[in-house]
Amino acid sequence: MSDQHTTAPATDGPMVLAEGVRKRFGLVEVLKGITLEVGRGEVVCLLGPSGSGKSTFLRCINHLERINGGRLAVDGQLVGYREQGGKLHELREKEVVRRRAEIGMVFQRFNLFPHRTALENIAEAPVLVRGLPRREASTRAQALLDRVGLGDRGDAYPAQLSGGQQQRVAIARALAMEPKLMLFDEPTSALDPELVGDVLDVMRDLARDGMTMVVVTHEIGFAREVADTVVFMDDGVVVESGPPAAVLDAPQHERTKAFLSKVL
Amino acid sequence: MSSDVPAVVEGDATEIKAVPVRRPGRWLAAAVVAVLVANAVWSLATNDRLQWGIVGDFLFDGRIIDGLVKTLELTVIAMVVGVVLGVLLAVMRLSSNPLVAGASAFYIWLFRGTPLLVQILAWNFIASIYPRITLGVPFGGPEIVGGDANALITTFVAASLALALNEGAYMAEIVRAGILSVDEGQSEAAQALGMTRAQTMRRIVLPQAMRVIVPPTGNETIAMLKTTSLVSVIALPELLYAAQLIYSVNYKQIPLLIVVMIWYLLFTTILSIGQYYIERRFGRGHARELPLTPWQRLRRSLTIQRGRPALPLAQRNTGGGFGA
Ligand SMILES: Nc1ncnc2c1ncn2[C@@H]1O[C@H](COP(=O)(O)OP(=O)(O)OP(=O)(O)O)[C@@H](O)[C@H]1O
Ligand SMILES: [Mg+2]
Repeated sequence: MSDQHTTAPATDGPMVLAEGVRKRFGLVEVLKGITLEVGRGEVVCLLGPSGSGKSTFLRCINHLERINGGRLAVDGQLVGYREQGGKLHELREKEVVRRRAEIGMVFQRFNLFPHRTALENIAEAPVLVRGLPRREASTRAQALLDRVGLGDRGDAYPAQLSGGQQQRVAIARALAMEPKLMLFDEPTSALDPELVGDVLDVMRDLARDGMTMVVVTHEIGFAREVADTVVFMDDGVVVESGPPAAVLDAPQHERTKAFLSKVL
Repeated sequence: MSSDVPAVVEGDATEIKAVPVRRPGRWLAAAVVAVLVANAVWSLATNDRLQWGIVGDFLFDGRIIDGLVKTLELTVIAMVVGVVLGVLLAVMRLSSNPLVAGASAFYIWLFRGTPLLVQILAWNFIASIYPRITLGVPFGGPEIVGGDANALITTFVAASLALALNEGAYMAEIVRAGILSVDEGQSEAAQALGMTRAQTMRRIVLPQAMRVIVPPTGNETIAMLKTTSLVSVIALPELLYAAQLIYSVNYKQIPLLIVVMIWYLLFTTILSIGQYYIERRFGRGHARELPLTPWQRLRRSLTIQRGRPALPLAQRNTGGGFGA
């Protein structure tokens, strides 16, 4: 996947680099200094109790939220800012949008466009944002549908698809922009248990193809199997992180132990 | 695709044959209504003072038809300008810039807060406060184009302005409600894909807001058709004023008002039918199946009676079925 990319990576450093990232909503500080590194091709699973700031952190990575402190860089470039002469300059919308287009995001509630068919959902952004001819975008969209196992459902509207099918279309829609990084926010939490497997299979394939992924999930089994690094967050900070075996099977912190005892 | 469609009633094998519940109350109510309606029709048709012959004489009178054309023109202009203005004002109202949002709120407050009749009169007399209308440098700088207000603001322009600007305020509220009805996850997903805010609004939010915007807009259009009759106060010969001009000479008020009503009824009926089909179109993707049109329903009941396999209970929304 990532080798299809036309824009050369700015550095060969990490894909995501967060240093003391802070985020406030009004007076409430939700992220209290997140420090985290995601290497190229790495899969990082974010775990943590509800309200710990996992979604907020993901949204900061593609600049859907603006950070209030610390440094956050994707592919060597600061998120939302340009550094010039030791000063930070806010980016114009055009620039923000260009960088955002290189990061795919998958939501808990799919957020497919209900007035577009599955195929149109996937082809929309490449046409609108990248200026791809519609025919070519449709051909590629069809290939992506095949890849997520829904090659015959291109004409269906989202309301005519099951949750698991919708989420796979949503993944295909994100992949259509050929992202260098994929963010998943609890992609299987809204699904009936028997539909979770299909979505995880698609994600597993993506990871195997070398996609860099940050996944917020409560699927401990998936994290254990696919993640290179598991990060446990609580109350706006990273409590501990490391290989799945270490964090999941031999947690060092009480808070991690308490959380894992509830979800396992 | 057809294999996973839920089974449709096919032939006599699965059709349940049962004696329907008897409903004597319904028959009684229907009989009473029928008698009342027949009586009303009879009294209208046989009342000589209604002078149906005169109604017929004036229904296609040149002056009436000219008035009708003016009424339709005013309706179209007011609605087209009103909708465009409404979208603009709604987007402004939702802007994060307080000055822009405030300007929109002020406009809506002003135009919804004063009677339309007063606005129509005010536009008609605008020439008395601004005798010249000019386009040029603000605060009294050199003018680029300009003209005499009395010449520029004809009665027709005054009427169009009054109706359109007033409609804009109402449409703004309708469009705003439509935009707010679209789940925030939609703009989020669009922006995550790299769409700009303008693209998100145009391609993702507004098309979905249409489902909420279209029905009240249809009502507004029907209401506007009738509201145009208010401009008769500034002596614009639309349908009503055209009739008034005629009966001020021949004193046949009621027959001429009936002529006016017939024309209004005809066009409100046409608009209602149009509204039904447009609403159906914008419901696409929201219900799994579209409701049948009256025509399709009629066809279906006819085929069932002839004992042939019935059409599906609802028309398929798309080519895709809904399988596992
Ligand atoms: N737009 C917002 N305005 C105000 N507060 C917010 C906003 N978004 C999130 N928050 C708050 O920030 C905190 C962290 O929320 P976040 O959604 O990041 O948690 P989470 O770890 O993803 O939880 P969950 O597992 O329930 O999804 C919560 O207390 C939430 O109420
Ligand atoms: Mg969350």
